[in-house]
Amino acid sequence: MKTSAKVLLAGTCLTLTLTLCNSASAGDVTIATVNNSDMIRMQRLSKTFEEQHPDIKLKWVVLEENVLRQRLTTDIATKGGQFDVLTIGMYEASLWGAKGWLKEMDNLPASYALDDVFPSVRDGLSVDGKLFALPFYAESSITYYRKDLFQAAGLTMPERPTWTQISEFADKLTDKSKEQYGICLRGKAGWGENMALISTVANSFGARWFDEQWKPQFDQPEWKDALNFYVNVMKKDGPPGASSNGFNENLALFNSGKCAIWVDASVAGSFVTDKSQSKVADSVGFTYAPHEVTDKGSAWLYSWALAIPTSAKNDKDARAFTEWATSKEYAALVAKTDGVSNVPPGTRASTYTDEYKKAAPFANITLESLKAVTPKAPTLKPVPYVGIQLVTIPEFQQIGTNVGQQFSAALVGSTTVDAALTQAQSATVRDMKRAGYPKKG
Amino acid sequence: MMTLKQSRRLQSVLLGSLSWVIAALIFFPIFWMVLTSFKTEIDAFATPPQFIFTPTLENYLHIQERSDYFHFAWNSILISFSATILCLLIAVPAAYSMAFFETKRTKGTLLWMLSTKMLPPVGVLMPIYLLAKTFGLLDSRIALIVIYTLINLPIVVWMIYTYFKDIPGEILEASRLDGATTRQEIFKVLIPICKGGLASTALLSLILCWNEAFWSLNLTSSNAAPLTALIASYSSPEGLFWAKLSAVSTLACAPILIFGWISQKQLVRGLSFGAVK
Repeated sequence: MKTSAKVLLAGTCLTLTLTLCNSASAGDVTIATVNNSDMIRMQRLSKTFEEQHPDIKLKWVVLEENVLRQRLTTDIATKGGQFDVLTIGMYEASLWGAKGWLKEMDNLPASYALDDVFPSVRDGLSVDGKLFALPFYAESSITYYRKDLFQAAGLTMPERPTWTQISEFADKLTDKSKEQYGICLRGKAGWGENMALISTVANSFGARWFDEQWKPQFDQPEWKDALNFYVNVMKKDGPPGASSNGFNENLALFNSGKCAIWVDASVAGSFVTDKSQSKVADSVGFTYAPHEVTDKGSAWLYSWALAIPTSAKNDKDARAFTEWATSKEYAALVAKTDGVSNVPPGTRASTYTDEYKKAAPFANITLESLKAVTPKAPTLKPVPYVGIQLVTIPEFQQIGTNVGQQFSAALVGSTTVDAALTQAQSATVRDMKRAGYPKKG
Repeated sequence: MMTLKQSRRLQSVLLGSLSWVIAALIFFPIFWMVLTSFKTEIDAFATPPQFIFTPTLENYLHIQERSDYFHFAWNSILISFSATILCLLIAVPAAYSMAFFETKRTKGTLLWMLSTKMLPPVGVLMPIYLLAKTFGLLDSRIALIVIYTLINLPIVVWMIYTYFKDIPGEILEASRLDGATTRQEIFKVLIPICKGGLASTALLSLILCWNEAFWSLNLTSSNAAPLTALIASYSSPEGLFWAKLSAVSTLACAPILIFGWISQKQLVRGLSFGAVK
């Protein structure tokens, strides 16, 4: 055999041998999480936890939110056991907890102070009174606006604005020749994208996803009013290409001074006031998310939480880590190393000290919004589901995205509001029927 | 009146300019990615886009601090090279048999092999995931090596088959008359003649393995995660981290770009010429 062929074979044997040398060892805790500032900070500060627990080695898998959701769903449904700690939202906590895929977070030590965690957040992560995930941070939706533009135009933002007022302000503040747009709202299709925002608009207009018999409600006048309002205000005063804009795109527009008003997640508060990211950091005002005929469901509730799957290989150490990362001790560590304004918001009453409220000017509005949310009664009329910007049923991801695509098409102008609502109604009726709703028994 | 020589010169200049424009358009996203990686986050999304700015290394320092780049790069190297070698070891005998011992089903088999590339990977995600779980291969390099080998096998067999088909049968007959065995025929006659083509096929397979993201994101977590997983970890739905994402993408692309740069002569020669032309 020629030398080159021998080299080739030897190389193959060597590389295949090397591939075998990568097994995980006992004491490893694999944590799947999302890439955002708070989670990356947790990853950095977790060295303290490893110092306190020399037998435990943390391994991090950081993924983009949608990829993470797909990965975790695949892994947990097949009991793959790739992860010991999962970063999940309220939607997954409710569904997976009910299916028995998550370990119950019971017998928490007194030092954890579970009573310090806001009841709305605790309830959102529980099923039948059993807690399945520990909240890392929680967010609501609030209104961001440019104080300088309001002042120049002689306008005053009320503490609790209505959508009609927001539309009037947006009209007056739009100057397309200067690339200054009155309002920026999510338009990108997706159940966690435009539908999160549009659901809160719809709730405010008195609309609901389903009636008590799980019949879709897109054929009702409340939805027509809400969607007409959203499409009209965005067409008149929104930025071009709004149907492609999600959280990040609107954040970029707002931070570069192109939006006068933006309604979105409260987590953006720290970004828009950060001078290293925002050109308008000094002139941002904060107020409550707009309402219309009701303030029920006008602001959403979301929480990133840490959970342990039943398939976890190292659940004992995983539990120790989840308790540490969501504890008061961790909050104190963040305050000490990174400043009090960087403490994970929205989960514990003890976070909201005077010092914190002073450092984070949006903190009080976030806190009051979180206290006021009622996921079991998200609008005027009664509903059979739990959730403000989402419906906690397994079918919602598909239904929400389908509806989101129709509404995004209405925003682009490729279909009318009426046609989008008709299409959303018929598609949702079909999907719900296929899923067996209304459920018997 | 333009002479023939002038006309040809003008044609050559126009074609040359067109090639440069196309090359610049293709290269621009890579150029922009590298440029953005040296910007601050606020400069990264500035409008109008900034070409002149104060460069910073803070994004690279952040990556160094947060991630073990060399762990991911080592996984990428091991997985890509192993899968490519394995692929060639299977594809060369397969292509040899198909090119020189053709049956009435050969063409059909080749087409069928290629048709497997048309299957959306997500369609087989669950069965593959369950198989990997059953064999204890989740988050292991072996799982990725096997999958990448199988994914690239059709295209590698096809390419090698076309190179082998270009070799006149008389050359092989002559070697057989000289008493060459099948192994000698492959190693001493075929491979030396087609080494340009084989090198370009190997390089293509290597690039495909290096860039593959679907399976690496779904089947690995920490131990076996390659560079594509590292890039994904810097993509953020809440927060503008474009400069950091550009920096990590630059780091992930750099090894394969350098490797491609070094071996570009082989690649062009292999792709544009047959084995014995």
